[in-house]
Amino acid sequence: MRKFTLLDGLVVPLDRANVDTDAIIPKQFLKSIKRSGFGPNAFDEWRYLDHGEPGMDNSKRPLNPDFVLNQPRYQGAQVLLARENFGCGSSREHAPWALEDYGFRVIIAPSFADIFFNNCFKNGLLPIKLDADKVDALFKAVEANNGYKLKVDLEQQTIALPDGTTYKFDVDAHRKHCLLNGLDDIGLTLQHVDDIKAFEAKHRAAQPWLFA
Amino acid sequence: MSAQTLYDKLWNSHVVQQDADGTALIYIDRQLVHEVTSPQAFEGLKLAHRKPWRTASMLATPDHNVPTTNRSGGISDPISRLQVETLDANCAEFGVTEFGMNDIRQGIVHVIGPEQGATLPGMTVVCGDSHTSTHGAFAALAHGIGTSEVEHVMATQCLVAKKSKAMLVKVEGALHKGVTAKDVALAVVGKIGTAGGTGYAIEFGGSAIRGLSMEGRMTLCNMAIEAGARAGMIAADETTFTYIKGRPFAPQGENWDKAVTYWKTLHSDEGAAFDAVVELDAASIRPQVTWGTSPEMVTSVDGRVPDPASAPDAVKRGDWERALHYMGLQANTPITEIKIDKVFIGSCTNGRIEDMRAAAAVAKGKKVAVNVKLAMVVPGSGLVKAQAEKEGLDKIFIEAGFEWRDPGCSMCLAMNDDRLEPGERCAATSNRNFEGRQGQGGRTHLVSPEMAAAAAIAGHFVDVSKL
Ligand code: SF4
Repeated sequence: MRKFTLLDGLVVPLDRANVDTDAIIPKQFLKSIKRSGFGPNAFDEWRYLDHGEPGMDNSKRPLNPDFVLNQPRYQGAQVLLARENFGCGSSREHAPWALEDYGFRVIIAPSFADIFFNNCFKNGLLPIKLDADKVDALFKAVEANNGYKLKVDLEQQTIALPDGTTYKFDVDAHRKHCLLNGLDDIGLTLQHVDDIKAFEAKHRAAQPWLFA
Repeated sequence: MSAQTLYDKLWNSHVVQQDADGTALIYIDRQLVHEVTSPQAFEGLKLAHRKPWRTASMLATPDHNVPTTNRSGGISDPISRLQVETLDANCAEFGVTEFGMNDIRQGIVHVIGPEQGATLPGMTVVCGDSHTSTHGAFAALAHGIGTSEVEHVMATQCLVAKKSKAMLVKVEGALHKGVTAKDVALAVVGKIGTAGGTGYAIEFGGSAIRGLSMEGRMTLCNMAIEAGARAGMIAADETTFTYIKGRPFAPQGENWDKAVTYWKTLHSDEGAAFDAVVELDAASIRPQVTWGTSPEMVTSVDGRVPDPASAPDAVKRGDWERALHYMGLQANTPITEIKIDKVFIGSCTNGRIEDMRAAAAVAKGKKVAVNVKLAMVVPGSGLVKAQAEKEGLDKIFIEAGFEWRDPGCSMCLAMNDDRLEPGERCAATSNRNFEGRQGQGGRTHLVSPEMAAAAAIAGHFVDVSKL
């Protein structure tokens, strides 16, 4: 997994609540058996004017000029600013894969759906929960200022605004450690292999039907 | 020991190891696997030269991509076919039990787990699918996980997790005729919102819940995720045990008695504390119909499409306006005046035998309205299909003008060929009405099987409680 430490990134505002994973990556792209290559189809139905299918040359498709990600001022954005309950719906990890592949490293929203939130951390993406009024203020600032960037420091758990304000954010210690060091969970969990075996033996004795 | 919730009991009995910050390793008893969220996990295992920890805990089936007609002809879309073949190959390589596409036991993972007795009380159940919450109906701790976690559970038999908060959704009283578990689920989502359960595990309790069949309980827990909760659960009781007894993966003989003795403890203790309690009066719940592009955009069948001007805040007003625009609806339109083009009866929410029976009872001796281009019934599994045919339900549907299909996810998410065309409006018994969910530009109204069948006959929504 890619490490995340510091980012000074351009912000794009996606001003809708309850953005679901079907919108982030529509189902026809879930047929892939790979983990990569989903970026060109992130937000496919909003981003393009035609209907997207796997295998199309996305560079030749007509873009929807009204969709915020297509506006010239937001090209190269690495921070996605969103509204509440971002990433609701299915558990598809293709959603964070698509966002990461598109180039996002940070998503800021007042709230996230649980499974999506969890999936982000497994893919080098940092989801940050900020109070709704702060998010609101950021929306206004981004829209008012071309080239609006935020400095995100995971170690310090801070977001620095261009006007000098700094916001603190919370992040779970275990997830922070994994993200800072680019560690995947399986290796860490397997350090507890003896604990797992001991638990399993006890569990089997108590509920043998689970192991029949 | 102080009074524990059902969630406390399920959690505590699976903690392998816990850090000071609450991050825990949770032992997983059952992992269900389907073709869409597993290929990258199997590939990850192979790349790291790892093997599944306990293949006997896994049960696999293809469901999302499978065709629902002419199955012996195979899958025509080469990309879908490759995904299903990849599942077959991975299961063969690692020795995982799989019900392949032409096995009569194939079906939607959340239908076949319980049907096989592979979902049992007291278990932890995971699957790379958000509707894994369904299995909580059996007093199991069940929730959806991402593909990285699928790989993690395969490799370690454990999940890294933190305990959620506990919410009790209490529904007391008797449900009116024509009001189903689906309507309760939609009413709950309407009441607390699609993020109302975020960060919580929801236990459904109260006399109305105890009165539900296992099929109804599964429908309800299935949609816990639509309220934002990863897990939904219901205490085990005689209804649970009766359902499980004799199923292929269920305990037998001496183990059965031992298991039932343990399962009887799987309920919240008197006086157990919840972080949140939501109460609904069963008698006040009417048949529900969603009008928008989020399951919380729901009202009762005798209601009207709301006016965005009456939305509680500016963000909601924008959402409602966008939803009405997408849905092609005018504010204040009575729900019963909304005409439909297609009907979909099926999915992991409402694809079980009881759902088939309920829809057939409404359709019996009637005809699908002329303005309805397609009304399809897709059983949740091959065994549901066989049982329905034994009862003659297929004939009732076919005579009424419905199509009777082979089992799978089908038009719940339209990954196969079953889909809505742009602008088409559908009465669907599935669980999500997101933009494009049933096909790009398609418009979904979520309802119960009875309501869907009645809408197919009338050509628009009707109040089944008045039929
Ligand atoms: S029926 Fe629909 S919701 Fe259920 S598992 Fe299949 S696609 Fe997901």
